[in-house]
Amino acid sequence: MEDALQLLIAKYNYWIYITLMMIGLYGVIAKNNLVKKIVGMSIFQTAIILFFVSMGMKKGATIPIVVHEEASHGVIRAVDYINPLPHVLMLTAIVVAVSTLGVALALAVRVYKKYGTLEEDEILEQIRKS
Amino acid sequence: MKILGLVIVTLTGAVLIWATGEFPGWGDPNSPASLHVSPRYIEKTLEETSVPNAVTSVLADYRGYDTMFETTVIFAAGVSCFMLLRLFAGQEPEAVHYRHLLTGLTLRVRRRKESLEELEEFERMDSLWTPHDIILRTLCRFLIPFIQLFALYVIAHGHHSPGGGFQGGVILGASLILLAIAQDMRSALDRVRERTLAMLSALGVSVYAGTGALCLLLGSNFLDYAALAKVIWVDPVGARSLGIFLVEVGVGMAVMATMILIYHNLASEGRLDEGL
Repeated sequence: MEDALQLLIAKYNYWIYITLMMIGLYGVIAKNNLVKKIVGMSIFQTAIILFFVSMGMKKGATIPIVVHEEASHGVIRAVDYINPLPHVLMLTAIVVAVSTLGVALALAVRVYKKYGTLEEDEILEQIRKS
Repeated sequence: MKILGLVIVTLTGAVLIWATGEFPGWGDPNSPASLHVSPRYIEKTLEETSVPNAVTSVLADYRGYDTMFETTVIFAAGVSCFMLLRLFAGQEPEAVHYRHLLTGLTLRVRRRKESLEELEEFERMDSLWTPHDIILRTLCRFLIPFIQLFALYVIAHGHHSPGGGFQGGVILGASLILLAIAQDMRSALDRVRERTLAMLSALGVSVYAGTGALCLLLGSNFLDYAALAKVIWVDPVGARSLGIFLVEVGVGMAVMATMILIYHNLASEGRLDEGL
């Protein structure tokens, strides 16, 4: 019990991403409406983005912009700056996520125009009939 | 399906939570992610690229290939939105609304009349138009220039403060989307035409790839900006900084144009006449 509690307190950030990610996954798997599936996918992406950004966190460090005064003394210590790499990856991922969301919504619009509905089972039924 | 989904989700979540035992704690400076490549980026960024913002230098220089193809993905997303939704000639809306400016009368016309649009006392309006938006319009007219100025600052000052092509491009795109929401899509398209947007998004990617190809022509590796020193009379380190700036401008153009293009196509279902 003590161990489990320790785990919960020490790693609570991971619990948040996992919860968010699972909400997104549930949306993608279980929801019948295509737009709700897309919303689920976005929640999933947000969880991944949060996870990556938190991996770059270092206690007592600041944003990864090197201070000129420190550079002139020749001491730039990596411990003083948070990890820039996850930020770079997520920076591009956020913008790509927005544009892929646009494509997903465009596909949903086309599906709605063709079948007149966004419910998955109704679309499948119409495909089977034809 | 719902119960099956719930079971799968609970099981996956439980496995993931069990796996967190192996993960580094919150803010641990000795976590594996912070030990291998990233210290080098932080320690060498100023020396090698003269860019104090490590995020910018990693984005556009150390991981330049990655960012180039991310930009291409965004461009491809814009193109596919256009291909999926855009409707061309012969797809006129069934009715067009005009407002007589002097009397406030609204006319509903079956087919679009070019002659009415040329008259000054008539104004075309959206079918779902709300008349009391003068505050919104005026406020946006004041705000949009400042938003755009800030976006340019974010792009140009990305070397020294948080910012860069992606962020600035999105802000620039948002300012024109705000115009399309606050006024109407036609006035936003009068400012920046669809053709210009398509050109800009392709040009942005070309600027990025062209900077890389220029380095190749000057006898270096693709995207090795130090080679630019041969043509712009600065030291190789300064040339890296300038190369990063060129690339960021390309990214900014591509992102801005693609965001606006996606919004216009989605909001008007490809007709590009009236949106939200």
